Amino acid sequence: MSTPSAPKEPPKKSSNPLANKDRMKIPRQHMLEQLPQVRNKEFTEVNLGYSPELARQEALRCIECAKPACVDTCPVGVKVKDFVQLIVDGDFLGAAAKIREDNVLPAITGRVCPQEDHCEHGCLLNKKGQSLGIGYLERFVADYERKHFDIKNIVKATPTGKKVAIVGSGPSGLTAAGDLVTKGHQVHVFEALHEIGGVLVYGIPEFRLPKAIIREQVDYMRAMGVEFETDVVVGRTVTIDELMGEEGYDAVFIGTGAGLPQFMGIPGEHLNGIYSANEFLTRINLMHAYEFPKYDEPMVDFRGKNVAVIGGGNTALDAIRSSLRLGAGKAFILYRRSEAEMPARIEEVKHAKEEGIEFQVLAAPLEFLDDGKGWLKGARCQKMELGEPDSSGRRRPVPIPGSEYEIPLAVAIMAIGTTANPIIRQTTPGLATNKRGYIQADETTQKTSRKGVFAGGDIVTGGATVILAMGAGRRAAKAIHEYLTTGEW
Amino acid sequence: MFKIVHAQFIAPGIKRFVIEAPRIARKQRPGQFVIIRVNETGERIPLTIEKSDPEKGTVNIVVQSIGKTTNMLNALETGDSILDIVGPLGKPSEIENFGTVVVMGGGVGTAMAYPSASALKKAGNRVITIIGGRNKDLVILEKEMREVSDTVFVTTDDGSYGDKGLVTDRLRQLIENGTRIDEVLAVGPIPMMKAVADMTRKERIKTIVSLNPIMIDGTGMCGGCRILVEGKSEFACVDGPEFDAHRVDFAVLVQRNAMYREAEKLSMEEYRQGVEKKKATAAEPEVACALEGKK
Repeated sequence: MSTPSAPKEPPKKSSNPLANKDRMKIPRQHMLEQLPQVRNKEFTEVNLGYSPELARQEALRCIECAKPACVDTCPVGVKVKDFVQLIVDGDFLGAAAKIREDNVLPAITGRVCPQEDHCEHGCLLNKKGQSLGIGYLERFVADYERKHFDIKNIVKATPTGKKVAIVGSGPSGLTAAGDLVTKGHQVHVFEALHEIGGVLVYGIPEFRLPKAIIREQVDYMRAMGVEFETDVVVGRTVTIDELMGEEGYDAVFIGTGAGLPQFMGIPGEHLNGIYSANEFLTRINLMHAYEFPKYDEPMVDFRGKNVAVIGGGNTALDAIRSSLRLGAGKAFILYRRSEAEMPARIEEVKHAKEEGIEFQVLAAPLEFLDDGKGWLKGARCQKMELGEPDSSGRRRPVPIPGSEYEIPLAVAIMAIGTTANPIIRQTTPGLATNKRGYIQADETTQKTSRKGVFAGGDIVTGGATVILAMGAGRRAAKAIHEYLTTGEW
Repeated sequence: MFKIVHAQFIAPGIKRFVIEAPRIARKQRPGQFVIIRVNETGERIPLTIEKSDPEKGTVNIVVQSIGKTTNMLNALETGDSILDIVGPLGKPSEIENFGTVVVMGGGVGTAMAYPSASALKKAGNRVITIIGGRNKDLVILEKEMREVSDTVFVTTDDGSYGDKGLVTDRLRQLIENGTRIDEVLAVGPIPMMKAVADMTRKERIKTIVSLNPIMIDGTGMCGGCRILVEGKSEFACVDGPEFDAHRVDFAVLVQRNAMYREAEKLSMEEYRQGVEKKKATAAEPEVACALEGKK
């Protein structure tokens, strides 16, 4: 690894002075947060992180399992037990280096990864009460590294002479880029937008993931040797074939992410005041519309208005919490199933409720109503009840006859998922896609039907999470390295 | 950063920029567009590509001063830079030998119609071009259009040049004269494109329009540029920008393009005040510089 402080020797004996039963007596340490009534008017970060003392106290809770399930359940395989032990030792930079062996974006995953579904779900303490705060600890270590590690100390790997193009600078692309540059390959990342980070930049709001942190993590990767080029829409500005041909890349990884926003196809969806979550969040996050007119990108006036977000995932919650921060009078989630079926992270739902978001569950709009001037004035909705489980395993919402009702609305934001972006599919002959238009890739190697071309993240799976995309980027990097070293496909 | 190799007004408020953008120059096809961002606090707006030179690695864009961003752009000169240009975006025009094609350009829309007219001519079509503007000064690219058309008609609203009237008046005459028309391509203000669509619908003449809704990313990600096409959503950036004029709901396009009118006015007013302030204080820095020089 490129960081000099990464310990290479096998894990030493535990320096934790406490016996297991005493470790389990320590309660899970809370991370400091901004007060709900302050933060719901600001775009500044909600979570404030651990102090070194809190971090060490939390780290002492780890019971150092012989077979740590936290590592197996992590999509990128972060050596949780080892880095937590380094925190106990007080070697915070060593802990950061340990995480970086498997995860090039620790300050990002420490903030947005749904740990409750992965490492913390696997944690043995979880079965005996509250799991170790692995996400909090990762965040602490990553932030410590941001403040105390000088990226000038990064040692670049010996060049192999092989060139890899990464298409898209979101979580899967950045992860693949980081892993490949560590192996000495020349890595060039193409980004369609004007900023590096993909969904991390345009999708996730400042109050969950500050942009400055993404920039720093990208600077870190630059220092590792990764090259970045913005304003390139692969498929339009340059094709995959041109990258593999005249531009001389030995392999390409496609990580173009989530695609086109879906709409419901109900009457009135074209009214002014109706956004896709992608557009709304892009205006806020990438284009700084909340700082209009200092920034030029405008936004509909939310102040004092009724705003509804349709959907129940993390994107829906990001959108509604952002609406509140724009001054919405009443901000609510309209979700067709019950809260138990919501795909959003528990922490986000909790934060949203504290901030004053209302949840109208088991309800869906049937029609958006026109004020006569082309602007949204309300929605006609229908109540639902839960029926039998559907293909997603969640109980299917069934409309209740005669339950229709109207609500006044000035803004509605559709956060009901995406469909595959067609640009690469349409411009890359021989690249196999499934019937929904997503790129077909092998589950362990991320290989596509085209030699030398790999793909991962949402453009393969459809909308998923940052960490799952990172997992795909990691698997792809491993397979690309193998392909570049052996030449075998 | 993308360097402006050459910038020149070609009509009042309409400026042509030749910009160094080798990747875009290599790939640009008729019908495609770019998205630009002028500076760090700028918005992203779609703009017309007039043509490109793959060997020199340059693209030409033609910009009409309307709001803050286009005014900021048109204040840039040769040697200045534009922070971001991305493209070429959108699907290229369908170019084949249709027979006789009428290419219509209204105002700055003529710049977008020009590369298609040129390609249609090369494909063997008889190209009848109708271009128009409010007055003589606002008729652009006439010379260029003449080079790629069999016939060129010019109309002005005030009659200061060519025929007095609208481009659609000339189209009506062609239809009434019994001219065989296999396709119409119309690019210009929305009311013009709608009028063309209404006229050719009755005659069952295939008609293509190039639409310019509000956009952000231009890659299909945001869905802000959605157009209502026979009751269904299509995205101008990935499904267009060219659409079958007879299937487009122009009223929805007009309504959606007006979504930020108030904000646009505010932006423009602040920009105008800023420019005037600069002008008013322009003399003072010279004095200051002179004093600096003496020290």
